[in-house]
Amino acid sequence: MNGGAAKIWALHLGVLAALLAAQAVLPAYHAGNLARIMVLAVYAMGFNIAFGYTGLLSLGHALFFGAGLYGMGMPVALAGWGAGAGLVAGLAAGGGLALAVGLLALRRAGVSFMIVTLMFAQAGYLTILYYTPYTRGEEGIVIDRAARVLMGLDLSQDATRYCAALALFAAALLVNLALVRSPFGRVMVAMRENEERSRMLGYDPFRVKLAALVLSGLYAGAAGAAYGLLFGYVGAGFASIQYSILPLLYVLLGGAGTVLGPFLGAALMFYLIDLASGVTTAHLLVVGAALLVLVLFAPKGILGTLRDRGLTWLP
Amino acid sequence: MDFGPFLLLALMEGLVTSAVLALTALGLALVFGVMRVVNVAHGEFFMLGAVAAWFVTTWIPGPPAAGFIAALVLCPLLVGAVAALADTLVLKRLGYDPDATIVATIGLLYVLQQAALSLYGPEARPVEAPFTLRVQLPWFGYSGYKLAVIAAAAVVLAGVWLLLARTRIGLVMRATQIDREMARAFGINVERVYAGVFALGAGLAAVAAVLIVPIQQAHYLMGQDPLLLSFMVVIVGGLGSLRGALVAALLIGLSDGVISVFFSPTLAKILATLFVALVLVFRPQGLMGRRAA
Repeated sequence: MNGGAAKIWALHLGVLAALLAAQAVLPAYHAGNLARIMVLAVYAMGFNIAFGYTGLLSLGHALFFGAGLYGMGMPVALAGWGAGAGLVAGLAAGGGLALAVGLLALRRAGVSFMIVTLMFAQAGYLTILYYTPYTRGEEGIVIDRAARVLMGLDLSQDATRYCAALALFAAALLVNLALVRSPFGRVMVAMRENEERSRMLGYDPFRVKLAALVLSGLYAGAAGAAYGLLFGYVGAGFASIQYSILPLLYVLLGGAGTVLGPFLGAALMFYLIDLASGVTTAHLLVVGAALLVLVLFAPKGILGTLRDRGLTWLP
Repeated sequence: MDFGPFLLLALMEGLVTSAVLALTALGLALVFGVMRVVNVAHGEFFMLGAVAAWFVTTWIPGPPAAGFIAALVLCPLLVGAVAALADTLVLKRLGYDPDATIVATIGLLYVLQQAALSLYGPEARPVEAPFTLRVQLPWFGYSGYKLAVIAAAAVVLAGVWLLLARTRIGLVMRATQIDREMARAFGINVERVYAGVFALGAGLAAVAAVLIVPIQQAHYLMGQDPLLLSFMVVIVGGLGSLRGALVAALLIGLSDGVISVFFSPTLAKILATLFVALVLVFRPQGLMGRRAA
């Protein structure tokens, strides 16, 4: 197994090193895209912890992403908090809401779980619209440049923004890798594969799934807070149902239950939509067709298929 | 206006909502009950029905009533055909696996939405009502067409009930719902039943849309609200229970009418959504359903 571990570390550290080098090589437009993709990939990684590893298909993750976004944005914009405090608040909001939703929704499984999470996310989205005088609803809040300074680094600058996105992505990736290689990660997979058997082996499915969902919510919250800080905008659209579907799409494309899948899926989908919008305005069609094609012909996604075809060591 | 007539007006509006909602939700409940498929694209079939109604009434010359009746017949057939095609091309190949079908119907939702946006455009367009009759009540005048919608919905609901309870088609559908394998063993073509049920569910949504489109304009994003409301109805009524769905449609349509008249519609939606989520968490068999598997 030692050889496997070396390969795994080489691959993931190699990806991070390539991303670090990419900043020097890529034109500004693509570097900006890549920063956005890395933040969205953190969100998708969080989704993958629940869906890909633990088997919890949530249709309401925009609630946690939106919680991170507004948990950071509201105190920063209205109460004048610093960026660091805002980041922590966003993280806490994502994790806290995931805990609350999990305590209720995890009493149900399968289809009921999906609909309950969908309903909670819809209620959250409507709540943001209801408090439009504070949240500014669909129009959204623009975060001042002056407020987007973290530890002396101005996050509205292109280069620092890229590095901050990379730092967050690297931390998320390494934690994710450590998690799925840990005993707890294996218990998560056991829940996905056969809940009854793992219960018989003495694990408490409710607590394992709750812990996975809270972790997932922390990832989504961190991604939301970082998105608001790095790109200076907080809007209700990010809490809408479409942002619950996007991470699902990224994860399905890249490969559910793989560490690098969410990043690969986010990058490919981002550029697919980017390219398609040059040819046609029908970008909804791209999203819809991608979902249909994936679920019909490649339900395991790119990395999942590669893992079946020989790269069995892929985590 | 005094409180009494005001409440009456709210209740009548609620009854119109209930009637249309009952048709839409019945389609969703039928598909979930027989096929165990959560059809997230159900709202888009509703939208497709409304958009198709606009095309049909625009193309057919003569008085508005002729075009409307043509739409009422053609649109459900067309939407049902689209649904049957989607079932054969997509859902069947997935083996009706719950997770995969949910993802697939989300994909279908986007494809249908984009098709409507590209072919029909982003505008909201009105369809003329087949007749304009004003029923004068002592306190206010009320649209006779809205009353006709309630009556038409009741007729269609009764028709579906007859189909399910009194015909061979209904018998085959119920047999498939109760035990798919056993039905197959008795020579029932389960795949055809599934395609038919999926088409029937979508067709019901289309009927509801054609009925409502003279009141509410046709728009490519109009499917979202009926989808969420139908979900609520199906959950409150108990997943898969048709009678529960009818009662729940009445309950939710009426309370939606009353609450939106007296309170902020957004607040009403938030409370309703949370309430329904909690019903599903604590009483998954629905408010009046019996405890079942």
